[in-house]
Amino acid sequence: MSEAAPTLRLEVKNVTKRYPSVVANSDVNLRVAPGEIHAVLGENGAGKSTLMKIIYGAVKPDIGEVLLDGKQSKIRNPQEARALGISMVFQHFSLFETVTVAENIWLGLDKSLTLANVREQTVRKAKIYGLDVEPDRPVHSLSVGERQRVEIVRALLTDPKVLILDEPTSVLTPQAVRKLFVTLRQLAADGCSVLYISHKLDEIRELCTNCTVLRGGKVTGHVDPRNESNASLSRLMIGAEPPKLQHREVKTGAIGLQAKGLSIVADDPFGVTLDNINFEVRTGEIVGVAGVSGNGQQEFLAALSGESTRAPSGSISLFGNDISKRNPRVRRAGGLHFVPEERLGRGAVPTLSLAANTLLSRASEVVGKPPLSWVSPKATASLAADIIKRFHVKAGGPSAEAKSLSGGNLQKYIVGREISANPKVLIVSQPTWGVDVGAAAQIRGELLKLRDEGCALLVVSEELDELFEVCDRMHVIAKGRLSPSINTADATVEKIGEWMSGLWEVSHAL
Amino acid sequence: MFKLEPRPQASKFWGIGSPLLALIITVIIGIAIFMLMGKDPVKGLLVFFWEPIKSGYALSELAVKATPLLLIALGLAVCFRSNVWNIGAEGQFVLGAVTAGGVALLADKTTGPWIIPLILIAGVLGGMLWAGIVALLRDRFNASEILVSLMLVYVAELVLSYMVYGPWKDPNGFNFPQSKNFEKVTQIPKLFDGTRMNVGLLIALFGVVGMWIFMFRTYGGFQLQVGGLAPAAAKYAGFSSRRALWTALLVSGGMAGLAGALEVAGPIGQLTPYVPAGYGFAAIIVAFVGRLNPIGIVFSAILMSMFYIGGELAQSRLGLPKSLTGVFQGLLLFTLLACDTLIAYRIKFSKSAGGK
Repeated sequence: MSEAAPTLRLEVKNVTKRYPSVVANSDVNLRVAPGEIHAVLGENGAGKSTLMKIIYGAVKPDIGEVLLDGKQSKIRNPQEARALGISMVFQHFSLFETVTVAENIWLGLDKSLTLANVREQTVRKAKIYGLDVEPDRPVHSLSVGERQRVEIVRALLTDPKVLILDEPTSVLTPQAVRKLFVTLRQLAADGCSVLYISHKLDEIRELCTNCTVLRGGKVTGHVDPRNESNASLSRLMIGAEPPKLQHREVKTGAIGLQAKGLSIVADDPFGVTLDNINFEVRTGEIVGVAGVSGNGQQEFLAALSGESTRAPSGSISLFGNDISKRNPRVRRAGGLHFVPEERLGRGAVPTLSLAANTLLSRASEVVGKPPLSWVSPKATASLAADIIKRFHVKAGGPSAEAKSLSGGNLQKYIVGREISANPKVLIVSQPTWGVDVGAAAQIRGELLKLRDEGCALLVVSEELDELFEVCDRMHVIAKGRLSPSINTADATVEKIGEWMSGLWEVSHAL
Repeated sequence: MFKLEPRPQASKFWGIGSPLLALIITVIIGIAIFMLMGKDPVKGLLVFFWEPIKSGYALSELAVKATPLLLIALGLAVCFRSNVWNIGAEGQFVLGAVTAGGVALLADKTTGPWIIPLILIAGVLGGMLWAGIVALLRDRFNASEILVSLMLVYVAELVLSYMVYGPWKDPNGFNFPQSKNFEKVTQIPKLFDGTRMNVGLLIALFGVVGMWIFMFRTYGGFQLQVGGLAPAAAKYAGFSSRRALWTALLVSGGMAGLAGALEVAGPIGQLTPYVPAGYGFAAIIVAFVGRLNPIGIVFSAILMSMFYIGGELAQSRLGLPKSLTGVFQGLLLFTLLACDTLIAYRIKFSKSAGGK
């Protein structure tokens, strides 16, 4: 690092970016040489996106600077970034479906060019990099991989010096990933620097020559991924081995929630197909599901909660009763409660009072008999007041709007609302996301207490420390498949990290 | 100059202040319009804001106009609160008028007053049928309820035309496209002699109370609101979005149909191609200006009726075109939408960009 290296293509120096509730980047440094494929690795929320937005000019850092070719760049917006040779391919594409490939590319370019001109340039660029792009096809007829190629060609037309790719393989088939890698290597050989944002360890080890790891907004390592193992990378990404809690005897009872051969084909292009998921949760135990977000958690939880009823008949049962086609109210009546990860807008209606929000999941206790189904403001307010008191929620009272609460307090309220319903089965997604340390500890304590009272709990979380702390057993979800379960006492961060890449068959074989 | 800055919380003050500010701006623009047209703005304003309330009779006429607006807007408020965008209340109104008119035409000299409830029920069912088509197409084929309900307005008007040009044309009507005058017995009972105000007003006021209770005190109303405010929360809770769609459309269609029945069996007394008076569209404005709140809708319905009457008077007294009514109604909605920005944002005057 200290030798008189050739001028760096891109250098990020001591960048800090604070948001009201979180420090997204804290004193981040990044050095990218010309023609280098540089990985930026980190879990969701580690600050990767913020860093890329700073480089791309979409976000201004509070402290620090970005140097391009050794010169301080004052990039104020993405247009200027593109003019200086920085291009970005976003995870979610921005193409107009109803017009052709060439027209889409034309839209983003200099107005002085003619369509024929753009079309010709597109074909030429695509040919150089072996990118299969048919300029006259309408975008709606393209597969996801083809659309991504259009985005890449569009980025390449400006002859970028730095190409940023945000999770480029998250929507690609393995074959398409191969093709992409070939293109990227060729680009790098031509001197373009590639910033490759990902959390997929295998890909990074295969493709990248340098890697900067982020965790909680801080850089936790600069390594050469070719010399690292999945385990060592995941340790950098996830953190130190969490302290093992003394695991007490598990006294489990009947099977509360069970999935057998649960497969659901994704119904949107960015969705994940669930593939033959099997698990069971017994009363008196907490089962965790680890995994990087976007591996099917959303679909999995929606199928279990009843928000989606596309699960095949017989695939999900609650105390032996088939509930796969039942709506959430029926499941709730059977004792299944759910805490979703989005608090505002899903777990609670932002503009309604805490009292009114009890009606989402506790209606059976506060609503009068049909057909009138009278809602008594008194009953909802007193239920809300009970929850506020029992779970130490800081709020202006039952009449406070849900959105007036801080994230942690609203989470306490929602978790409290579900726990005080005395559920027989409780599913919790990201129980402590964005919650401060004290509230997190309180919520985990409540979950453990509920387990000791004989509830069956399923906790889906991206935070491994948390899962190691509360769970008796763990599964890992990757690419829509669920790993076998492993007792927490036998699990290590390395092993779970490997499983997160979907490699449990391999490690079983070893 | 100035910047809009998001407020941390929606402003309660501007929730009520916004329609009032919108009214003030509308009046100011109205004054400018009067002046541009070479009329005395004071006279113009008097015609719009004083004439309609200056006497008992004027007030009763105001109530006649406000009744259908109130009924339709109440139903639309339920729809809009449920995030269902029924903008075809005009069509549901017309079809309610057609079905109610059909029942009224069955009456003869021997019919008893029991026909009146039947007329009203027929109107409700007609409106529900028309809105039900919208619900079906949206539910079954995911068709946009905005487009479907709007297009069905024109279909409903054609149905009305077909009936009055064809099967229901008055044989003694000199070939005018209109039905015969309904029998006396079908007349909706008047509230006071010498006015055109009828029990429809009481029904509408009863509807205000009923709607308030339904929306704010019953589980069914709560489910609709959650579906509108936070669809993901409704899904989480297990509230059926299909049921919300059907309920919202059938309620609003029924209310619009009822308004149509009250109109043909009340002030109009026969079916003519002029039954559609734009109440269904004006009620959209009424619903929004009234903040989708039943109580607020009472006030906005009165205001909108003043525009109706003011427009007619402006034509006869000042020689201004009657379409001024529409101009005022549109202005009010426009300024309201603009003023509503203040609910979520506050204006910040910045010094740096002030050019100092």
